[in-house]
Amino acid sequence: MSQANELYQQVILDHNRNPRNYHPMPEATHACHGHNPLCGDNITVFAKVDATGQLLEDMSFQGTGCAISKASASLMTSQLKGKPTAEARELFGEFLEMVKGGLDPESQTNHLGKLKLFQGVREYSSRIKCATLAWHALMGALDRKETASTE
Amino acid sequence: MSKPYLDIKKNFPVLNRTFDGKPLIYLDTAATSQKPAVVIDAMDRFYRESYGTVRRGVYRLSEKATQAYEGTRHKVANLINAASDREIIYTRGCTESLNLVAYSWGRTFLKPGDEIILSQIEHHANIVPWQIVRDMSGAVIKTIPCDDHGQLLLDEYRKLLSPKTKVVAVNHVSNALGTINPVKEMARLAHEVGAVVVVDGAQSISHMRVDVQDLGADFYAFSSHKMFGPTGAGILYGRYDLLEKMLPFQGGGDMIRQVTFERTTLQVPPHRFEAGTPSIVEVLGLGVAVDYLQTVGLENIEAHEHALLEYGTKLLSEIPGLHLIGTAAKKSGILGFALDGIHPHDIGTLLDMEGIAIRAGHHCAQPTMERFGVPATARASLGPYNTESDLDALAAGIRKIQGMFHH
Repeated sequence: MSQANELYQQVILDHNRNPRNYHPMPEATHACHGHNPLCGDNITVFAKVDATGQLLEDMSFQGTGCAISKASASLMTSQLKGKPTAEARELFGEFLEMVKGGLDPESQTNHLGKLKLFQGVREYSSRIKCATLAWHALMGALDRKETASTE
Repeated sequence: MSKPYLDIKKNFPVLNRTFDGKPLIYLDTAATSQKPAVVIDAMDRFYRESYGTVRRGVYRLSEKATQAYEGTRHKVANLINAASDREIIYTRGCTESLNLVAYSWGRTFLKPGDEIILSQIEHHANIVPWQIVRDMSGAVIKTIPCDDHGQLLLDEYRKLLSPKTKVVAVNHVSNALGTINPVKEMARLAHEVGAVVVVDGAQSISHMRVDVQDLGADFYAFSSHKMFGPTGAGILYGRYDLLEKMLPFQGGGDMIRQVTFERTTLQVPPHRFEAGTPSIVEVLGLGVAVDYLQTVGLENIEAHEHALLEYGTKLLSEIPGLHLIGTAAKKSGILGFALDGIHPHDIGTLLDMEGIAIRAGHHCAQPTMERFGVPATARASLGPYNTESDLDALAAGIRKIQGMFHH
C-alpha cells in the first residue's frame, strides 16, 4: 500500500465520522476561526488556558470541512488537551515539517504519536492546507488572533 | 465498441501509464486535454531539425520556421470558419485572449455608463478582466441569471439588453456545469442593440464544430492545451473591422511599423496584437493538434462524447446520495457532482488512489458555486479518448468511497 492509501485509514475516517471534542466552549480563554479559501473549510478552535498561561486545560473545535481537516482537528485537540502550550507549538512545527515531507516520522526523532497518520498528506501538496487548518487556528488562538488562514 | 464510439486512447501515450499498478483513468479534460503522439513528436522534431525565430530572420531556418508558424493561422481559420487568416491572433492561452479583448477593445470603446453583460456561470477568466476594464472605464457589469439546471434565463437576458449594452461576454460551454449556452440566439439579440459578442470557447472548441460566422461571434477565445495541443498557446478570433480599430494589448517587437522616441506607427492586425517573440513551437504543435482534430472529426468527437455523457449521467444518477450539479437539456461532456457527507476534495484524493483523475474544487467559477450553494464540486469531464469502462470505474470508485465513509 502506498503512503497515499494510508491517508484515509480507519482512524482518520472514524475521527471524521465521530469527531472528538466537537463542541463550542463558552469558558474558552482563547479562540480563533480558521478558513481555507481553496476548499471552503471553516474550523474554529477553542482553548482554555490556565492562569499561568502555560497549560492547555481544555480544547475543542467546531466547523465544516473535508475529512482530513476535521480528523486533523479532532486528533489535534485529543492529543494536546492537558499539555503545555509550549509543547503545542513544538508539535505544530513537527506536524508541519512532516506533511511538507521534511520530517520522516519513522526514522527521525519526533513527538507526533498518532498524528503520524497524516504523513500520507505529503503525497498531495494540495491537501496540506486541509491537514494544517486546525493547527493554524490553534496558533492563531494562542497568539490572540481572531482569524487564521492557510494562505 | 460499436458506433458512435471512437477508439483513440492508443494515440495518447500518457494514457498507457499506471499508478500503483492501476491504469490511469483520465477524466479531467475540461482542465486540460492529454496530447496525442503526433503533437509530441512534431514538436520534438521541430526543435531538433527546424527551430529558429519567426518573422525576423533572413536565413532559411527562420524562413521555414515562419512558414510552419504562419501555417497554423490558416488551419485555425479553417477550423472555426473565420473569413480570413488575418482574424486569427496568437496568444498564450484563452485567459490571455479574453484579457486582450477586454483591455484592447474595452479601452478603445468603453465609456462611463456603458454596460457589460456577463452570465452568472462564467469562468473567472471571463469575469475578472471585465471588472478591471469596468473600473478603468466607468462602465457597469450586469449578469444573466441561470435556472436550477444551469441554463441561462433568456427572458432575463432580453430584459438586460438596451442601447447602453456595449458588450456581451459569455462562455459557449460552462466549465463547471457543462451547459451549452445558446450563443447564436444570444448573439443575434446582442447585435440588435448594437453590442459586440465575446465568446469564451475554452470548453467547446475541441468538443463540437464551431463556426464563428454562423454563431455571430465577434470574438471567440480558446486555448491550445484544451484541444490536444501544448500549453503556452491560445487563439483570439476577432472580426477584422473591429480589430482594425482596436488599440494594442502589449507593446514590443513585431507589433509596430516604425518606432522613434517621438511616435510609433502600429502594425495591422493580427500582428498589432502579437508583441514579442511568440510561443513558436507551441503554435506549431497547435497546428498539428488542429490537423488531428480534423482527422478524427469534430462530429465524431461530439457524437462519442454525447453517448458517453448519457451513459455516465445514467450511471451516476443511480448512485444514492449523489447529486449531479449541472443538468441542462443541452450539455457537453462535463459531470459535476456532490456526494452527501463527503467533501469533494476527499472524493478527488480517494479516486486518485483508484487511478482516476478528476477535478475537485470551485473550478475557477466561484459565482457558479455560490448559485448552487456549494463551496466546491467534484467534476469528471470527458474527452474523445474516454470509454464506457472509464465511467464504470468512476461509478465503482464513488461507491467504494461511500462505503468507506458511511460504514
